[in-house]
Amino acid sequence: MVGIIGYGAYIPRNRIKVEEIAKVWGTDAPSYKRGLMLEEKSVPAPDQDTITMSVEASRRAIRRAGINPAEIGAAYIGSESHPYAVKPSGTVLAEALGATPECHTADLEFACKAGTECMFIALSLVEAGRIKYGLGVGADTSQGAPGDALEYSAAAGAAAFIFGKENCVAVSEETYAYMTDMPDFWRREYQYYPQHGGRFTGEPAYFTHITAAARGIMKKSGTSPKDFAYVIFHQPNGKFPFKVGQILGFNKAQIEPGWLVNKLGNTYSGSSPLGLTSTLDIAKPGDRILLVSYGSGAGSDAFIWKVTDRIDEVRDLAPKTRDILDTNKKYLEYGEYAKFRHKILKAE
Amino acid sequence: MPTPSRYWREIPQRYRYEASRCTGCGKIFFPPRLVCSACGSREFEPTKIAEAGKVMTYTVIHTPPQPFVDQAPYAMGIVELDDGVRITGQIVDCDFSELAVGKRVRLEFRRISQDGKAGVIFYGYKFVPEI
Repeated sequence: MVGIIGYGAYIPRNRIKVEEIAKVWGTDAPSYKRGLMLEEKSVPAPDQDTITMSVEASRRAIRRAGINPAEIGAAYIGSESHPYAVKPSGTVLAEALGATPECHTADLEFACKAGTECMFIALSLVEAGRIKYGLGVGADTSQGAPGDALEYSAAAGAAAFIFGKENCVAVSEETYAYMTDMPDFWRREYQYYPQHGGRFTGEPAYFTHITAAARGIMKKSGTSPKDFAYVIFHQPNGKFPFKVGQILGFNKAQIEPGWLVNKLGNTYSGSSPLGLTSTLDIAKPGDRILLVSYGSGAGSDAFIWKVTDRIDEVRDLAPKTRDILDTNKKYLEYGEYAKFRHKILKAE
Repeated sequence: MPTPSRYWREIPQRYRYEASRCTGCGKIFFPPRLVCSACGSREFEPTKIAEAGKVMTYTVIHTPPQPFVDQAPYAMGIVELDDGVRITGQIVDCDFSELAVGKRVRLEFRRISQDGKAGVIFYGYKFVPEI
């Protein structure tokens, strides 16, 4: 049996409200809040990035896993905001955890699904018997161009999962991947902000891939929505996960524990993985959880997890995701936010 | 600003908080030393410093050295860790009005500085409030 043996979450303390951004650009905050079902988003401090958040989330995952980090045979970070263009994030992560030198590492990119890609690969290597433990992290300090719709949602956070064959907190019952070529969101080399296809990112992109992946994994496993206690879909805004859930036949109660986006924003590669951490925080032994990510470009990874008795032993060994989200918050004004996100150009 | 080679040599301390304990008298050194300043022993065993402690003293920097200009104002403190080791570091995620001697803090992995826009990014530990 292979599965998750430890998990951890990290979210920066800084927040900015939709009203604060709307005030600067002269847009109607209530309509954004209603349309996107968003209230505020997390903002990284200047000394926080994909690497620092990955290290902290992974340390929390190691605490829950109770393993010697030197036995982690692979460590992968999925992100669209790796701090270096050339130099791996994963080497810093593995070194900080004490997993080096006998460790395989790679930085992955696939818009918002790079995190579940890492989970997919690490899980598969453990299942194949190539490594004892594998670490998969989804982390981002994503950027939206000033005044763009993405600025209201692009946020920061990280989720880390350690996979192994013994002492699982959630066993992997099935995996499935669905992918096509889709120019719905991109960022070219040397460009600071991404571009996107507006409404094109919805129907043919997000909804097509997530519904196909969810139906694909349920068909492969012989399950239906009623077999799942909880489901997590990628959360680019508040509305999409509920709408795709309705299309597939899931109800609000199945979605809500992993639905963080209204207070967190879209953490890109960390989005659906963070939803899984908050769901594991409240799940009971025997619960079955469906996770379906989405990354523009485009594709969805789907996983079915079955929670074990060990969840009750480990969940309190590290901070719970909702607690991190709801405590020690600091609200920024737009000026400070613009400084933190390097939107202000200073004289050289 | 450390050179990349100096930064690299300090990775065990900056990333993993590795220290050494004198096998003669038990004193912990961070970073490790070759000779114990307390008993003169040259025998050490590897250890790690405690990852939480309390603020002994602090100050707020308003006129920082060049690599930290964009971070000003920021708090620096000397913290006595739970194993008795005292180290200096930045205290972040803490409003200045909440800084206090005796306040519980823990180590967290952060960016310390960077060598301009094109150089190496230096990572290490800072202190954050223990919640």
